[in-house]
Amino acid sequence: MATTLAKADESVEFAARLEHVSKSFATPGGQQLVLDDISIDVAPGEFVTLLGASGCGKSTLLNLVAGLDRPSAGSITTDGRPALMFQEHALFPWLTAGKNIELALKLRGVPKPERRGKAEELLELVRLKGAHGKRVHELSGGMRQRVAMARALAQESNMLLMDEPFAALDAITRDVLHDELTRIWAETGLSVLFVTHNVREAVRLAQRVVLLSSRPGRIAREWRVDLPQPRRIEDAPVAELSLEITDVLRGEIRRHGQH
Amino acid sequence: MASTETTPVQDAGSVEAGLDALETTTTGRPPLRETLVDKVLPPVAAIAVVLVVWYILYPVVDDPSKLPSPGAVGSAFRDAWLRGELLGYIWTSVSRGLLGFAFALVIGTPLGLLVARVKFVRAAIGPILSGLQSLPSVAWVPPAVIWLGLNNSMMYAVILLGAVPSIANGLVSGVDQVPPLFLRAGRTMGATGAKGVWYVTLPASLPGYVAGLKQGWAFSWRSLMAAEIIAQFPDLGVGLGQLLENGRTASDMAMVFEAILLILFVGIAIDLLIFSPLERWVLRSRGLLVKS
Ligand SMILES: Nc1ncnc2c1ncn2[C@@H]1O[C@H](COP(=O)(O)OP(=O)(O)O)[C@@H](O)[C@H]1O
Ligand SMILES: [Mg+2]
Repeated sequence: MATTLAKADESVEFAARLEHVSKSFATPGGQQLVLDDISIDVAPGEFVTLLGASGCGKSTLLNLVAGLDRPSAGSITTDGRPALMFQEHALFPWLTAGKNIELALKLRGVPKPERRGKAEELLELVRLKGAHGKRVHELSGGMRQRVAMARALAQESNMLLMDEPFAALDAITRDVLHDELTRIWAETGLSVLFVTHNVREAVRLAQRVVLLSSRPGRIAREWRVDLPQPRRIEDAPVAELSLEITDVLRGEIRRHGQH
Repeated sequence: MASTETTPVQDAGSVEAGLDALETTTTGRPPLRETLVDKVLPPVAAIAVVLVVWYILYPVVDDPSKLPSPGAVGSAFRDAWLRGELLGYIWTSVSRGLLGFAFALVIGTPLGLLVARVKFVRAAIGPILSGLQSLPSVAWVPPAVIWLGLNNSMMYAVILLGAVPSIANGLVSGVDQVPPLFLRAGRTMGATGAKGVWYVTLPASLPGYVAGLKQGWAFSWRSLMAAEIIAQFPDLGVGLGQLLENGRTASDMAMVFEAILLILFVGIAIDLLIFSPLERWVLRSRGLLVKS
């Protein structure tokens, strides 16, 4: 029934633990069950993608893990407050790219003299050196998402939640950002819970792919992806596994057409 | 499932640098020449047209007590300037107007925030606040005179009643238009409660707030002129409204024109010098000022 933070002294063997989580919303037609009995463990440093059709409750689940909403049943335990990245960059347009990052640092309690330097470091990590003074509207879509990533990293959480962060980008940019995310994940040792409806993207990035069924969202199946990183989305093994997952996903969706 | 067929990844950084360079647009201020031609020339031309029509109409009407000549109005200005009174008239009204506006700002801002954020307050006084905006503030002059007497506080009261609703409503609509995504992003970073208001809600609502300030100034100025025209008292000093009323009682049409032109120009000048640049700065820095 509650979202709790793990105590600092107990040794944490997971970055996030979801136990029998359900979520329903009150709608005019009564209670609508969106998520049903979801249990997932994300290990420290693990990269998990959550795959599902549109409207299956992926964003709802991430909001629960981020603590923006409470589950109707079950419990969610995270190691500190996770950082969250959205499909839209959600950068504040009244601040420059650098100041957006500095705001996250400030809210975390980083003293003023250190903020500028840290922001520059984070911008360099996402390869945007020199973009500190740029206004959000002056940046391209890919650059905005990289600043948003730097801002999320500024929170120094152990876990990064990503809600279809590259879905609005063109394929070329998305491809490059996959490489960047893989590199940053490897460099920082973060745990990542990455939500997508794109099967190849899920396989390209993850160590583990969790497939959600729709209405209500339940865990349909899981796959381990034992391919070495860095991968490319065109790699034959990626394509092969994607095909297998797509077939299962289609089967899940087909069930809704039959009554 | 593991395989060695994976192809090596090329240096993502250099590809990215290329993409960034291809996609970045730089927006700057338009060049000065363009500003002059697009923004300054049209109003100057419009004023010239009005003057020409005036010159043509003046001999047709042929009655200086109804339509004074442009020259007569010009010498009314010159005489007031030579007597050293012109700036005095302007300063009396402008200082009153700006001080009253500052009070309105101090009252209207927290009021707007309260209405925007507290459901009960919104239900209680939200509709009244919007309704007050459409009440001509000249209606407040008689009660203000009765309550406060013929003095400066009466003027300020009328300005407040004119400007506070605009400022508060501007902030309310600004807050209402803050995208929920910004609030959620703020919350995941730890900007909740008062921090959320300070770091997210207030800056995000600035465009609506500034629009409210702009309208609030227009209402302040109108209210003040109404108050100055109606409330005449020697101790109050001569502002632009009094100047207009003095012209009427003396049947001096040139003075009446002088006063009307001054009221118009001072109102426009304050807007052009303070509020329009403020609004443009807010919009431009957010990329909301698209050049058509
Ligand atoms: N606040 C809410 N109130 C009512 N229904 C909601 C709410 N949020 C989400 N839903 C419903 O939950 C379902 C899942 O939504 P969402 O989590 O956004 O899906 P996804 O991110 O997988 O596309 C949708 O059918 C949506 O209508
Ligand atoms: Mg979603």
